[in-house]
Amino acid sequence: MGHDHPHDHDRQHDHDHQHDHHHGHDHDHDHDHDGSALSEVALRVRALESLLVEKGYVDPAALDALIETYETKVGPRNGARVVARAWSDPAFHAWLMQDATAAIASLGYTGRQGEHMVAVENRPGRHNMVVCTLCSCYPWSVLGLPPVWYKAAPYRSRAVIEPRSVLAEFGVTLPDETEITVWDSTAEIRYLVIPERPSGTEGWSEDRLADLVTRDSMIGTGLALPADAHPEAAA
Amino acid sequence: MNGAQDMGGQMGFGPVAPEVNEPLFHGAWEKRALAITLAMGATGSWTIDRSRFMRESMPPAAYLSKSYYDIWATGLERLLIDTGLASAEEIRTGHALTPPAPVKRVLKAADVPAVLARGGPCDRPATAPARFAVGDRVMTRIMHPKTHTRLPRYARGKPGRIEAVHGAFVLPDTNAHHQGEGPAWLYGIVFDGRDLWGPDGDPLLTVRIDLFEPYLEPAPLEPAPLEPALLEPTP
Repeated sequence: MGHDHPHDHDRQHDHDHQHDHHHGHDHDHDHDHDGSALSEVALRVRALESLLVEKGYVDPAALDALIETYETKVGPRNGARVVARAWSDPAFHAWLMQDATAAIASLGYTGRQGEHMVAVENRPGRHNMVVCTLCSCYPWSVLGLPPVWYKAAPYRSRAVIEPRSVLAEFGVTLPDETEITVWDSTAEIRYLVIPERPSGTEGWSEDRLADLVTRDSMIGTGLALPADAHPEAAA
Repeated sequence: MNGAQDMGGQMGFGPVAPEVNEPLFHGAWEKRALAITLAMGATGSWTIDRSRFMRESMPPAAYLSKSYYDIWATGLERLLIDTGLASAEEIRTGHALTPPAPVKRVLKAADVPAVLARGGPCDRPATAPARFAVGDRVMTRIMHPKTHTRLPRYARGKPGRIEAVHGAFVLPDTNAHHQGEGPAWLYGIVFDGRDLWGPDGDPLLTVRIDLFEPYLEPAPLEPAPLEPALLEPTP
């Protein structure tokens, strides 16, 4: 079909990677933060960026703005606010379950990798978790960039066939009778898990509730923190 | 294609290894790889489906040995060559040897917030009525295209039930190969864990997968139950 061979540079890289370890680069780490040698991939990415800038395809200031967005503006705090609102406001909850894209957009969270949202709710006896077996689809608009494990082979291969043992590796043990639905994000719909509201949080403000909503609880590989885990809980 | 990316149900990758207090990036090069990938995507030179295909069609050994941002960087290199925006030699050296090719647009820093907030919605007007409705029983097709598809191998030739009709969306199978967006109805389909994994599968597992209409056929008619009278011996 004509697309399944890498270009020569890539082939050379793989050859080197597998058979030529004596040049001493550590391929798993990037060393530019301490001024020592850059890893092979870091050098490749640097060359790629210079080429794209030289060709005029990318604007360096836009690259910095993209990074800043995901470092400071878009992250799991967005999703935690959605969950806290859903726990607090029955009308919002109903809207979220009916039309998550619109309900989430009303809080200001829209855009790339969150264009088409669906919320799925955990409750006693029913647990939901989300995976992308084919790549790394993830609801960026509410959770930010996915963690490494979400994109890596162990999670992607096992979530759909043995979710209970995967959950155990996150320290989550569900009752034996709990049904599990695993959502494989194969198209452009992105899924946000609404974890169960912890007991003992009646009357809490949305801000305080949001502190209990972890990233993993919105992927379904964790649960919301218990009330007494709140940083301001009485010691 | 049946590439290394299609991981659902594969075995031997070991435990999921969540990193405690995982940083957003593991090295500065990951930030740059993210940014140049997004900025080049914004030039409109290829579709998200094409970019997924250029990642998954690298040799399996390469795909499995790379970190995810390295997969992105390698995919970007392949896309640049695929589209003629850069040559392998230019990518190797990091310097332009020929004038740039025209691109539709160059993302500017000032436009980053608006472009990210807008994202790239993939829903489209339907060109035909939906073939299936919520509650319908379907069978996924047995198919092994050498081209891009979003029907995972573990879900081919399996019985499922329509739980959601999402609307018409860009069909990745054609869009990844310059054959048009070919909008197709997208369904949320629920599969019983034991239909996917056999009698040893988790009896309380269901897997929800978003699948396009061309992946589906109506479930074969179940044989009508025998009427008791027919089982009686002929008088």
